[in-house]
Amino acid sequence: MGPLSNKEHKLFKAYLLTALMLLVLGLSWGIIGSLQYISPGLLKQHFSFEKIRPLHVSSVLFWIIIASVGMVLTYLRSVTGKKLYSFKLAYIHLLVFIISTLGIYFAYISGNFGGREYWEFPPFFAVLIIAGWILFLINFISSLSSFRNQPVYIWMWMTGIIFFLFTYLESYLWVIPYFRKNLIGDILIQWKSNGSMVGSWNMLIYGSSIFLMEKISGNKETSQSSIAFILYFTGLFNLMFNWGHHIYTLPTAPYVQYISYAVSMTELFIIGRIIFNWKKTLDTAQKNLHILSYRLLLSADIWVFLTLALAILMSIPGINVYTHGTHITVAHTMGATIGINSFILLATITDNSEDNCSNLLHYHKIINKGIWISNISLLVFWCSLIGAGIKKAIWQTAEVQNSFSMMMQELKPYFIVFMAAGISLAIGLFCIIFPLMKMKISCIFKK
Amino acid sequence: MGFNEKNKILTAGILLLTFTVYSFHLYSSLPRQNLAKADDSNGKLVWQEKNCISCHQIYGLGGYLGPDLTNVYSTKGPEYIKAFLKKGTVVMPNFKLSDKEIQELLGYLKNIDQTGKADPRTFTISYNGTIKQ
Repeated sequence: MGPLSNKEHKLFKAYLLTALMLLVLGLSWGIIGSLQYISPGLLKQHFSFEKIRPLHVSSVLFWIIIASVGMVLTYLRSVTGKKLYSFKLAYIHLLVFIISTLGIYFAYISGNFGGREYWEFPPFFAVLIIAGWILFLINFISSLSSFRNQPVYIWMWMTGIIFFLFTYLESYLWVIPYFRKNLIGDILIQWKSNGSMVGSWNMLIYGSSIFLMEKISGNKETSQSSIAFILYFTGLFNLMFNWGHHIYTLPTAPYVQYISYAVSMTELFIIGRIIFNWKKTLDTAQKNLHILSYRLLLSADIWVFLTLALAILMSIPGINVYTHGTHITVAHTMGATIGINSFILLATITDNSEDNCSNLLHYHKIINKGIWISNISLLVFWCSLIGAGIKKAIWQTAEVQNSFSMMMQELKPYFIVFMAAGISLAIGLFCIIFPLMKMKISCIFKK
Repeated sequence: MGFNEKNKILTAGILLLTFTVYSFHLYSSLPRQNLAKADDSNGKLVWQEKNCISCHQIYGLGGYLGPDLTNVYSTKGPEYIKAFLKKGTVVMPNFKLSDKEIQELLGYLKNIDQTGKADPRTFTISYNGTIKQ
């Protein structure tokens, strides 16, 4: 992709700086939350856990969403070779998003909730998020000249945009009493939408990852190949039907469990493909390891393998019954949001800087250190959560149980490791984020 | 099978149609066995307004700082729950709930308790990896 024009650069800079700031905030709230795990009652008066958790979760989710949107808009220009349909729409979308985020932060800090897990803010803000997303959809469709013979990442971005809109609307069906008053049905719909929604932003992120990988390798045929589309349709199939693994223990119709179980097993094909391609990946790595964005993509590749392996195991109902409701679920989420989503997004932002700013070299060393620190810390963090999860699973299934508080006390050593690794992970990520932010602010354009 | 344009559109169309039918089937047939336990307490709204799910779980879904409350109504009883709601704990703040809010929350916890058991020990695992209660 050639250097961006000044106008384009300003727009993408605004998106990416907003996203990076949200990541910094998300990590900071996460550190406070982990301290509350080992020091119960910390900040209970003004920042108790029911405020800290949504502040952390929403910041990180918004980082993922706004960075994904920014990268799709950036790469779209390169695919079409034309300017965006409307810069104005893109700016309005960003503005709506920033206003919503500020409002949501204010609502959380003042203890005004009313929403549901991951979207705990009062439902009014959802209207703003949906309105902004519709502007993004219009901009995306109008920027494409044709839908024919498009590479797989255009299909993925399109799928991600449409399914986010659908699943986000679906997640608010609870405002209708017919859904809300049916206690089990309501939880079923909530996790149906949440499960598919994760798949929708994964489509945006994985699409950008394929685009970037193709750009680095220089092989333009990958994204048009049959295997790329088979993998895409496998992903889409899972996005649509594998959400049931969140609710195996919920008293619903048995077919919800059977469908999800069967569909989740098709992910074995994806993991098989990763193993099959391992040597090829290593060969490519030898050639491109000097590129920072490639290093981040390679990290994400390793985390795809680990997270997918864990996800497949958790999709087997007989295993899920033990892991459900334990920290193993958290380990899976952290592996996916940090190890996969955040590393891919940071890779795309780094790539964007490598292309357009001439001052990246100054920060090469520190970013490289950050990649190492964050990967090692994330592995320790992930293992401590799995350890805590196994211990809780043993407690959950024991014939004679200690009290909940005694069990939590026994988990404390795991929480201490989790907190220490969490802080170290944040430091590692800050080593990547701050140079990127500094560089974005003071970018000297490559001519 | 090569993925020409026609095959791509056909595959996407079949998937989309199946997804739409499945979604609307689920909307129209929300778990029937629980319709009798329809929540008329408004307690769920209080549950959401106080963001209880940040720390507690229902059917294993939610936060990890506090216990799962799916069956707390039948295992511990309303008076036990009331004591926590009125005073808070070392970790849980006193939310200064009104009597009405406490009654509504108790109503919600009573209703959710009647929908089933969340305890993993009540499940049996079949040879093919599926579970049933």
